[in-house]
Amino acid sequence: MNDIANSKKEKSWLKRLVESYGLPRLIITVFLLLLLVLAPFVGADLPTQVSNIIARFSWNGILVLAMIPMVHSGCGLNFGLPLGVISGLLGATISIELGFTGAFSFVMAILIATPFALIFGMGYGWLLNKIKGGEMMIATYVGFSSVSLMCMMWLVLPYKSPNMVWGLSGKGLRTTISLDGYYNQVLAKFLQIQIGNLVIPVGTLLFFAVLALAIWAFLHTKTGTAMTAVGSNPVFARAAGINVNKMRMLSVVMSTWVAAVGILVYEQGFGFVQLYTAPFAMTLPTVSAILIGGATVNKATITNVIIGTILFQGIVTMTPTVMNNMIHMDMSEVIRIIVSNGMILYALTRKTEGSK
Amino acid sequence: MSKKTGTTKNEKLGAFLRRGSVPLMFIVLCAACIPIAGLSPSYLANEVVTRMGRNAFLILSLLIPIMAGMGLNFGMTLGAMAGEIGLILVADWQIVGIPGMVLAMIISIPISILLGFFCGKILNMAKGREMITSYIISYFMNGVYQLVVLYLMGSVIPIKHSSIKLPRGYGIRNTVSLLEMRQKLDNLIPLTIGGVKIPVMTFIVIGLMCLVIVWFRRTKLGQDMRAVGQDMAVARDAGINVERTRILSIIISTVLAGFGMVIYLQNMGNIPTYTAHSQIGMFCIAALLVGGASVDKASIGNVFLGVILFHLMFIVAPRAGAAITGDSMIGEYFRVFVSYAVITVALIMYETNKRRAKSAEGERLRQEQLKEEKKA
Repeated sequence: MNDIANSKKEKSWLKRLVESYGLPRLIITVFLLLLLVLAPFVGADLPTQVSNIIARFSWNGILVLAMIPMVHSGCGLNFGLPLGVISGLLGATISIELGFTGAFSFVMAILIATPFALIFGMGYGWLLNKIKGGEMMIATYVGFSSVSLMCMMWLVLPYKSPNMVWGLSGKGLRTTISLDGYYNQVLAKFLQIQIGNLVIPVGTLLFFAVLALAIWAFLHTKTGTAMTAVGSNPVFARAAGINVNKMRMLSVVMSTWVAAVGILVYEQGFGFVQLYTAPFAMTLPTVSAILIGGATVNKATITNVIIGTILFQGIVTMTPTVMNNMIHMDMSEVIRIIVSNGMILYALTRKTEGSK
Repeated sequence: MSKKTGTTKNEKLGAFLRRGSVPLMFIVLCAACIPIAGLSPSYLANEVVTRMGRNAFLILSLLIPIMAGMGLNFGMTLGAMAGEIGLILVADWQIVGIPGMVLAMIISIPISILLGFFCGKILNMAKGREMITSYIISYFMNGVYQLVVLYLMGSVIPIKHSSIKLPRGYGIRNTVSLLEMRQKLDNLIPLTIGGVKIPVMTFIVIGLMCLVIVWFRRTKLGQDMRAVGQDMAVARDAGINVERTRILSIIISTVLAGFGMVIYLQNMGNIPTYTAHSQIGMFCIAALLVGGASVDKASIGNVFLGVILFHLMFIVAPRAGAAITGDSMIGEYFRVFVSYAVITVALIMYETNKRRAKSAEGERLRQEQLKEEKKA
């Protein structure tokens, strides 16, 4: 009798673990651990692999962080990420155009990107307040339209810097712009630790930590709590005297600005500014990263961001090496597509989120 | 009384303008671009007729989910993939011409049904956000499609001919030639009027499909779908199996999209294996919306008006862009921008209208309550 009760208890404990951690996340974690264990056996150098994961985490972390404010205010997953990315790109290109170099160009890029992020974010927030309930689909297409609009703008805007425009015609920005001499690796090289093959970009991680802490602290202020209240129950929030539209607007502006900073940090790690259609490819991986971290459509924490980014980037970096060495077949791209979009699908179909 | 009808008339005019604004905008846009582009009228007519034959069937496949209140079916890409798989297999078996097309369609049916069932099931779990979900499903399935075509074909699914197989022994090449099938349906009944080649047989097939859709609307299932589209709760109370009806609408749409893709690719004459389906959903949806359809209402008329206007813009925009700015890429980006922008505007209009209707309903209820209170 006791035994049965015990085993029942144990089972429910296991079940609870699965439920609280989420089955897909469990599978992905196990898969990543398996890859890490397999890596040395197939001839991949583990420290290099781990440094790769850490580096990629440091590039992408802030972009994923940009999801948090909007999820908190109930605007859903920020499929409008490209808007923030574009603000960041404008900041980067204008900073280079104005002739700033070195680490200072990074600071200037953030400063110049800020007004753009505020303006775009405000417009975007105003729009999202008009169409409550349909945010995610419209956000996706707002992102797409703005990216394709900017495709034209990159060609037309009067950029002159020879490091950025096409060499032959002397006008129109190149698709990729090298950041050598500008802010390539400025954060990563700051306080960098190197032990053998293991490289830790402390500066970038610190930068991420500061921003994450700032957002965490903000969410615990009075305004932050109000924002969460708007997300979890707008009717209640309104009754409590919170200006729902203002809170949502604030969250969208925040998300856009963090995304703008996020893309700049990504670029300093990657070493290139990617223009034209490149921002299209940023959204889905970012959204799925936070979902893999255990976030849902209306709940996300800093922990979700950290875990999610590590898991997602871990799989992205590990699968090609391990798979290639094991079966001589590069299926990483396919696996990435299936995992990331499968994760978004899973989050969209969860019943608990009031899918009515 | 007369005043009341006056307001409704005004409202009707307003609604007409709101509905008609997108097509009107496009007519103006095309009218402005055509002289700048400087293309001959016969070339334009030829292109538009060709593209109409190529795309109309695919766009028709979007109508049924809209009827069932499931919005724009971004999951039509699934059907397109099924059609492509059918064609790849047929190309390997070297069955050419019309029989090849028919066989490809037959092969696509079970795949489409399976994918449509999967899609419908998931959409039932995500009621209220069907569009974003179907949009993500199309991405997800693209991954599965690549897995099948790039890795399983040739290694698990037998592919004989090296002309379509990658040199490494499995996987399909980037383009599969359909030379023997190219425009076989279009040219089955040759007809040229004033220098414009008309794909008579394709138009007949499209016409038949329109008739089928008109007929389908009147059947029991079609009526059920409309009821579900109007109000799920009411439909459920009326004894309609809402879930089943919704799944069926998606399955039908997917199967039709599969047929549409076969027609589309026979006109193109080759299969861009990994990219053919990726944009098709977006362009078809944009075309339908340009024709004046909205997320909850679309007619056969919208399909044809949309195909003509959208593709006219598609043909003239790059030329006009090049003529104005001297850079051909501008026009190229411009048409992509326009397709996205049209979808964005349509989605925004749909959501704002929905909210307006909701608040109007609330207002009506309040008035009723006030009246009752007065009576009491």
